[in-house]
Amino acid sequence: MAFNIIVLAKQVPDTRNVGKDAMKADGTVNRAALPAIFNPEDLNAMEQALDIKERFPGSRITVLTMGPGRAADILREGLFRGTDDGVLLTDRAFAGADTLATSYALSMAVRKIGAYDLIVAGRQAIDGDTAQVGPQVAEKLGIPQITYAENVEEINKEKIRVKRRLDNGVEVVECPLPALITVNGSARSCRPRNAKLLQRYKHAKTVTERQVQNLDYIDIYSIHPYLNLTEWSVADVEADPVQCGLSGSPTKVKKIENVVFQAKESKRLTDNDADIDELMRELIENHTIG
Amino acid sequence: MNNLFVYLEIEEGTVAEVSLELLTKGRSLANQLSCKMEAIAAGANLDGIAQQVFPYGVDVLHIFHDERLSPYMTLPHTSILVELFKKEQPQICLMGATIIGRDLGPRVSSALGSGLTADCTSLEIGDHEEKKAGKIYKDLLYQIRPAFGGNIVAWIINPDHRPQMATVREGVMKKEILDPYYQGETVEHTVSEYVKEEDFVISIIDRHIEKSKVNIKNSPIIVSGGYGVGSKENFQLLYQLADVLGAEVGASRAAVDAGFTEHERQVGQTGVTVRPKVYIACGISGQIQHIAGMQDSSIIISINNDPGAPINTIADYVIIGEVEKVIPKMIKYYRKNTK
Repeated sequence: MAFNIIVLAKQVPDTRNVGKDAMKADGTVNRAALPAIFNPEDLNAMEQALDIKERFPGSRITVLTMGPGRAADILREGLFRGTDDGVLLTDRAFAGADTLATSYALSMAVRKIGAYDLIVAGRQAIDGDTAQVGPQVAEKLGIPQITYAENVEEINKEKIRVKRRLDNGVEVVECPLPALITVNGSARSCRPRNAKLLQRYKHAKTVTERQVQNLDYIDIYSIHPYLNLTEWSVADVEADPVQCGLSGSPTKVKKIENVVFQAKESKRLTDNDADIDELMRELIENHTIG
Repeated sequence: MNNLFVYLEIEEGTVAEVSLELLTKGRSLANQLSCKMEAIAAGANLDGIAQQVFPYGVDVLHIFHDERLSPYMTLPHTSILVELFKKEQPQICLMGATIIGRDLGPRVSSALGSGLTADCTSLEIGDHEEKKAGKIYKDLLYQIRPAFGGNIVAWIINPDHRPQMATVREGVMKKEILDPYYQGETVEHTVSEYVKEEDFVISIIDRHIEKSKVNIKNSPIIVSGGYGVGSKENFQLLYQLADVLGAEVGASRAAVDAGFTEHERQVGQTGVTVRPKVYIACGISGQIQHIAGMQDSSIIISINNDPGAPINTIADYVIIGEVEKVIPKMIKYYRKNTK
């Protein structure tokens, strides 16, 4: 028994550790100051796929990502950890996509990849925190979804059994395949890079990367076909350009505001006994506490 | 037609807090738009729902009663909303940014091709001018939410697609009864006209519900710790102070990520929004996403060894010092002054 699995992954700016230079003076985000990383929960999702591959040798994992050329890093990162193949969906026409236009593009790419048993994705990406793309891709493909998954308990050719998070508990559900699951950050973390795979795939490139870096003449890409990362445009996946990018996005950003908090005049105290004594007395006297 | 709809989350016959909060917000938006507010209840054991929600100003309650609709499952609930919305053409649909709402909302929005904004912190009605097209859109829903890890606030609109859909986290909107005697109309639907047999492909094998032990949302005093508390052991000091003051313990995302305490206690945009009488922030630097979840506290006390910590600017009292030194003194002098 072997499975064809597609992992949906996104390269995101690391919004968790935002330094002082992350915002420009005009209140917009200085993307250059934020390192681009593999979206954390997509790594949890990839681990679930790798685990299935380990349990069922012969299974095949394809990582699918949409983004600019540099998002090919996501595909290499997958290969370093044990995935088999990668597809970069990249085209200027995808720019400005909201979650619905993104889901449409991804679903068209999934159709082009063809036969699959399971799609896994992170619950949400840290740059948008919307958790919408997974369920929307599932809807576009007409397959069931299991969100907030923590573990794939069992899988066979007909169905999958998954433990998932609830707001106030856990649930185990069973669902026929093909299906899409989104994996929660509380699932186990992804295995590290494998040194052998790192050696094998470190020169894996998309066609654009090879052209830009003048690597076209190097024959390793014809000798080792596994070093060629797939790159698809709107036309390649036969997508309707009107449904992609900005024009395919029902939501529009009306404006962006810098976050400004109302500063208060605060009373400054030290940690010596007199100050703390005074503070506690004041709070009790004005019935704030006690 | 063209009314505002709220999806009700129901567990064992009780409407979730977040849904009641949305009804309160929905009522005021519906008043501004001069439209009706309608609510959707899908599940089993729905007899008490009408009397729970009418006081919040629901004009029409749509009932979908079927044993198989409870507990919540994605596909049948999606079909209900999609088919109902095709008939009713709502202009707005609100749901909780809970695990259910964030599972259901995107599926419905994709099926209807309408826009959805997740985790809104504010909802307003206003106009929008598309300058290039010379077009003016009247009475759109401004869906206001933090973006980019909480570092900016984005105002999102859906000019051309309906319904305008938004999810909102629990605690963000305030729940308020409009009129205890408000009477709406109840419409019972035939579930089989909405839901297909194939929608029941997923089966729930096992389900454990744990009643949450933590109730920081309704606590008048919160002692909250950040990464600066330093360790799980030091976090015990916060519990001691909370115990003495009759408070609950909260935490920042960094403290939860570091494993100092459990996720249920997380305050902020990705946790709970709180408005206590007193918020004592211990070793919390004050990332925007945290401040957004507690800035409406009446009195904020910051304990921090960094005089430049951003949270100090919104605090009423700033104690510059080490958390492990200050808290025992607060306990000591609280006891002394209450005697």
